[in-house]
Amino acid sequence: MSTSAITSPPVPFGRRIKRFMADRPLVPLIILLVILVVILQILRPGIVNERWIANTIKFAIPLAILAGCQTMTMLTGGIDLSVGTVATMSAFIMATQIVNQDPSVAFLLAMMPAVLIGLVNGIGVGVFRVHPLIMTLGTSLIGTGCLQVYQRTVIASGAKIPDFLAWLGTGVTWGFPNALLLFIPLAALIVFTLARTGFGRLLYAVGDNERATRLSGVQYWQVITALYVTSSLLAGITGLLYIGLIKAPSLSLAEPLVLPSVAAAVIGGTSIFGGRGGYTGTIVGALILTVLTTLLTILQMPEGARRILFGLIVLFVTAAYLRIVEER
Amino acid sequence: MTTNPLPQSPLLDASGVAKNYGAVAALRNASLSVLPGEVHALMGANGAGKSTLVKILTGAISANAGRILIRGEARDIRSPAAARRAGLLPVYQEPSLIPDLDVLSNLRLTGTPVEPFRAWVRELGIADLDLRDTARDIPLAVLRVLDLARALAVEPDVLLLDEMTAALPANLAEKVLEVVRRQGDSGRAVIFISHRFVEISALCDRATVLRDGETVGVVDIVPGVEEKIVELMLGTRIVKTHVAARGAAEKAAPAPARPRIAVHNLRVGTKLNDVSFDLRDGEVAGVVALEGQGQDELFAALAGSIRPSGGTIEVDGSPVKFSHPIDAIRAGIAYVPGDRSEALAMQRSVRENIALPFSAALRNWGPIPMRRERAKVLSAIERLQIDTRAQGEVQRLSGGNQQKVTIARWIAADARTILCFDPTRGIDVGTKQEIYKLLRELAGHGKSVLFYTSELEEVQRVCDRVIVIFGGRLVDIFPVEEADEPALMRAAYGLPRGAKADIGILADPQSPSSGTAP
Repeated sequence: MSTSAITSPPVPFGRRIKRFMADRPLVPLIILLVILVVILQILRPGIVNERWIANTIKFAIPLAILAGCQTMTMLTGGIDLSVGTVATMSAFIMATQIVNQDPSVAFLLAMMPAVLIGLVNGIGVGVFRVHPLIMTLGTSLIGTGCLQVYQRTVIASGAKIPDFLAWLGTGVTWGFPNALLLFIPLAALIVFTLARTGFGRLLYAVGDNERATRLSGVQYWQVITALYVTSSLLAGITGLLYIGLIKAPSLSLAEPLVLPSVAAAVIGGTSIFGGRGGYTGTIVGALILTVLTTLLTILQMPEGARRILFGLIVLFVTAAYLRIVEER
Repeated sequence: MTTNPLPQSPLLDASGVAKNYGAVAALRNASLSVLPGEVHALMGANGAGKSTLVKILTGAISANAGRILIRGEARDIRSPAAARRAGLLPVYQEPSLIPDLDVLSNLRLTGTPVEPFRAWVRELGIADLDLRDTARDIPLAVLRVLDLARALAVEPDVLLLDEMTAALPANLAEKVLEVVRRQGDSGRAVIFISHRFVEISALCDRATVLRDGETVGVVDIVPGVEEKIVELMLGTRIVKTHVAARGAAEKAAPAPARPRIAVHNLRVGTKLNDVSFDLRDGEVAGVVALEGQGQDELFAALAGSIRPSGGTIEVDGSPVKFSHPIDAIRAGIAYVPGDRSEALAMQRSVRENIALPFSAALRNWGPIPMRRERAKVLSAIERLQIDTRAQGEVQRLSGGNQQKVTIARWIAADARTILCFDPTRGIDVGTKQEIYKLLRELAGHGKSVLFYTSELEEVQRVCDRVIVIFGGRLVDIFPVEEADEPALMRAAYGLPRGAKADIGILADPQSPSSGTAP
């Protein structure tokens, strides 16, 4: 990872900047984030304060974890569209089971669909070679259907948000959101896994050249199954965190996060074709998207115009970023 | 075969044809002249330029220089359609019907008249063809015959057949040859590309021989001419090369009682038949074959990439069945494919590429012992002298360095047996030398190497023994002392050692397969 400091004859300034950016893809992303915050401060002087920052981070975290699922699956050339459903399911089951069950039992019940859907995704993609887009879309629809059936059985008992989750999701201690207690170890684990473990290496290698990994003795289905189960587990945990933040269980709780999670990973520099990217960029990508949403909200535009603008900015940012980073 | 004594003007006359790809000349100065009523063989070793010439004649690519006359008229063949209009029609090795359409739709697509097509299909020995069958459901051998019938139906002046009889069962092949011969009788011409002397001697009137992109000779097919053709294909290299005596350090270790790998009657589909040989510890065994004679399947089967359909593979005396490359790797057998893009994760670093096999097994998915890995990788890099200036991404390395990385991976993993498939193709001379040296060193350390090469001169530099395969069968196993280039070339064309005999004996289909046991 070290970048050798070879001083070559004077290179044009623009080109030097470009090379610097290409070596450290995080830098342009952070610059973009800062620019967005500055614009926000100019439009609404005084909005950027401690509370606003804590709030932004709180909302960025569930997005960032789901975007972690996308980052890991995209590294292998896949995608996981079932994360929204999985998060919703675990949140909904947690909120309804906690009424009558011990918290640990409720937790296990809530994570069950996550494991199941992850396993099915993994086997479908890894063994039967279904395209990940279709596979995860399919399991996502099935999961939503099951959840609707489940809802009828618990309609009488009602739902409640466990205090611990509410504390974790919305609480702030000494100016820091409590959710960071969950997120920082989780993010560190993902970054470490991708960079320093055999499994992480295999994700990159499989996405880059599956044939080569096969010839090196890698069994594709093992990697893919482990990957989609991990992705689903992360999504399930996100669901629990998110219900603590939103505090209103519904059948489409986390669904609106799915496509932004893909966008965050792409903005963060992960290639949708596999083999390239990393989680740190994704985290900044999630922050950028969250700030962007706030920005568009305070512009007081009609919802339609806001969405159009959102889409345009995401496209523009991604294209510009790839242009900066890929020095060819 | 009609031999017309009158001097005729050629149907097709190409001369001075050249084609460059960048700085590489695929074709320098090729000429080909085909008379009416003639079946003309086009021959040449791997990389001599046969396929380039064929592509130019059929309009698939355009030449940089040269002149093509058809019936004495200069024609500019810019596209396959233009070639067709000029009366030149190819039948390629790969079936060309669109798989998802039925035969009739395929005919309509190319404007082929249906009735003549039907007649030719019957003529070629397929009685029960339903034109409504989808091409996908038709067996490969029949598809090839349909391709031929489709070409015959439009009555081309010059028919170009590329390895027409490969993958055909004997009865169909016979019919095909008969029909091709009759084409000649009716005043048309056929250009016949084949590696099989038996067919060429039975069918062709003359042969044009290419070497290094140039036409080096046109010969009449008479008994005994195959010696002459082999000479032409080899050119000046015919002088028997001196087998360098290997130094004591390089000498193979004394052969142990039990072979490292023993292959018995290995069969893979229709591509590989009944191949048996041993690979011992401490030796480099060469494999020599023309393109597509079953060597790809042999290596893939040994590497666990495909499952053989018959025969046995024994490793250290016990039979094995590989269902995934990991099984072969566990048995200490590593495969270095000929195509580097098949072996490397191009966007990843040299280090990650070399260390890839370390992480493969489930139990190694945890944290990587970075220091240990670094040491192993560095020693492999040093051993192969990989230029690591651009090590961040393998795709930025030169071809030679990329090839070294594919080998370094298995040096680092300490594989006992390495299957090297044409590792020196398309890399610079210096790197080639280093790879030869490395393979010898490996053998010196008691490892075993199976080494397929498309360059015959490499055999004597590297190998202890040579296994020659032709048409999916073992032709012969040579000790390296006898494996000079002419002998290898002859064997690669299915002519067994010592058989300077005339074509009559060679026509016996049994003789090429009777290889001598090691």
